[in-house]
Amino acid sequence: MKTITAPYRIEGGVHPAYRKELARERAILAMPPPGLVRISMAQHLGAPAKPLVKKGDTVLRGQRIGEPGGFVSAAAHASVSGTVQAVGPAPTASGALAMAVDIESDGNDTSLEPGPRHDNWAELDAKTLIGLVADAGIVGMGGAGFPTHVKLSPPPDKTIDTLIVNGAECEPFLTADDRLMREQADGIWTGISILRHILGARSVRVAIEDNKPEALKAMERAMAGAEGDVTLIVLPASYPQGAEKQQIYGITGRETPSGGLPMDVGCLVENVGTCLAVRDAIVNGRPLTERVTTVTGDPVAEPGNILNRIGTLYSDLIAFCGGLRSPATKIVSGGPMMGFAQGSLESATAKTTSGLLALAPDQAPVYESLPCIACGRCVRACPMTLLPCELSQALEAEDYELADAFHVMDCIECGCCAFVCPARRPLVQHMRGGKARIALKRREAMQNNKEKG
Amino acid sequence: MDIANVNPVALTALAIGLIGLVCGAALALAARFLAVHEDPRIGQVADILPGANCGGCAYAGCADYAKAIVLNDAAINLCAPGGQEVLDKLCAFLGKTAEAAEKKTAIVLCGGDSGKAPRRFAYNGVADCAAAQAVHGGDKRCGYGCLGYGSCARICPAGAIEIANGLAKVHKNLCIGCGACVKACPRTLIQMIPVSRTIHVLCRSRDKGPVVKKACSVGCIGCTRCAKIADDGQIAMDGPLAVVDYAKPFDNEEAVEKCPTHCIVRA
Repeated sequence: MKTITAPYRIEGGVHPAYRKELARERAILAMPPPGLVRISMAQHLGAPAKPLVKKGDTVLRGQRIGEPGGFVSAAAHASVSGTVQAVGPAPTASGALAMAVDIESDGNDTSLEPGPRHDNWAELDAKTLIGLVADAGIVGMGGAGFPTHVKLSPPPDKTIDTLIVNGAECEPFLTADDRLMREQADGIWTGISILRHILGARSVRVAIEDNKPEALKAMERAMAGAEGDVTLIVLPASYPQGAEKQQIYGITGRETPSGGLPMDVGCLVENVGTCLAVRDAIVNGRPLTERVTTVTGDPVAEPGNILNRIGTLYSDLIAFCGGLRSPATKIVSGGPMMGFAQGSLESATAKTTSGLLALAPDQAPVYESLPCIACGRCVRACPMTLLPCELSQALEAEDYELADAFHVMDCIECGCCAFVCPARRPLVQHMRGGKARIALKRREAMQNNKEKG
Repeated sequence: MDIANVNPVALTALAIGLIGLVCGAALALAARFLAVHEDPRIGQVADILPGANCGGCAYAGCADYAKAIVLNDAAINLCAPGGQEVLDKLCAFLGKTAEAAEKKTAIVLCGGDSGKAPRRFAYNGVADCAAAQAVHGGDKRCGYGCLGYGSCARICPAGAIEIANGLAKVHKNLCIGCGACVKACPRTLIQMIPVSRTIHVLCRSRDKGPVVKKACSVGCIGCTRCAKIADDGQIAMDGPLAVVDYAKPFDNEEAVEKCPTHCIVRA
């Protein structure tokens, strides 16, 4: 085991005000189970899960209430014990409607008998372990929510030689991963070891930004006895250092091809929270029913890192943190750069909810967007080396073919371009809309080709 | 004759003249032997069509439609902007008879303007309905109503859609019936209806009554009164929503008067 600084420097990026001091010294606090949880069937990328319960059913904590709706999908579990109050469409954090199961807690918090413990995981084969990960409903907890068991089963022609563990947490304000590493470094290391065993990966790289010295120390201690090619990487604090493709480049110097996946360059990136969930699933036999969410922002009375049941309503979560002591103009699910602004507090936490952020009026001003002045700042800031100025103008003119030719589909929506734009153009919104439109066109074209035979 | 002694001006004029002569001859030959013979009727039919290039006939434009009429025997009553007048001319020219389809007009099935249907939050982004819809499901409290960012108005070739007080409205007299706006609306609020219909349910909310009441003062609450008045299915209940069947003519003022939330209007 050794500790080194990142050998490669990512392209572009920005340095926003990190504001992590609001919550970084607050130890993880477990929130008692709320009266009602709303568990969405679409907490992951891919096909939504299919609900297995109906109104009036009684469920126990840890009971499976949604089965995967396909291969790229994940199971969902009840996070409290109680009665199913409703099964119906409800808005997710992004505002899209998806089936959700509302469970009214009975206050007893009775857990289903946990599955068998697998302290002997080193003797089990990869297939069994991947099955256990899938049963626990684990998805990428950094934000994207890609089902972990799918990531762990690459096609036979791809070999994964490097497992990268992402503890960068480059989004401003968020401190959930930081606290997790400081408080549960040993558990995370066990999870990493299990993943390493499943993949048979030669190298392990644990990457943490240098603005988290305590987390670096804690992980260094937990990893001290590790054998083989294990390295702790100190990343220079910069946004988006924690984005998958940027991180792979920063650590290995490998560039993920356009439209490709990390496995195309022999890497697999997992968030530290996911590693802990894998440990819980395999060693303790417990499915994923809770996670740490940073509730922060200047208007929040008592910011903190809250261990909450998945499906806790945002309103309950904010109330648990003492409510808002001053007015907030914007509430964001996730971090300020990539999170989703909320229209109401009716949405509930998901497996991917790393933060809930309240912004004061001066932090989220209403602005007018002006025409592009061709200054090129967005081009310098773009970590994917795209041309956001050209793309946004093409998309504004609804020229989707041009935008596609300029690789709008490679945009990772990190928000660096909009952050630096002096004309305050809604660049990311243009990209998101354009990407959705182009993806739709591609699907239609594929459908047409299929019908033609 | 030594070429160096010839007046250079005369030489240039001669050379250019010769080149011109050769090229002219080549063009004349090409026009004779490589000519493409297009059916002259195509141009004449295209002249009859209004030239709006709206695409309402499902062809790429008026010229494409003219080609389809002459060569592929396409139906001649598809031109919505042209209406009866163009159809009569086409019939006379082509010696065909065709029943005119009734002229259609677009209608926005929402009556909740800014005063009647409140917004949940302040949206500060791209002024486009699809973009607004993607931000937490749209800023209007009603999840079905017109967002008012004018995607339909921008696509309308006739300038017939006006956004007033946060609500799109089609001006019947300007609408050419091409249907381009129908696809532009992310909430599918726009429908093409026969121009003679005058009674409309201006609501598409599939929420139940109490939810609708909170979101909009002119939303359909599903009381079924209108469906009882229009007892031949001209207005029928589709779940919690009253829906006009535009295939059936209907003109009973009572339905408008009895609607408790005034979402049924005469227009």
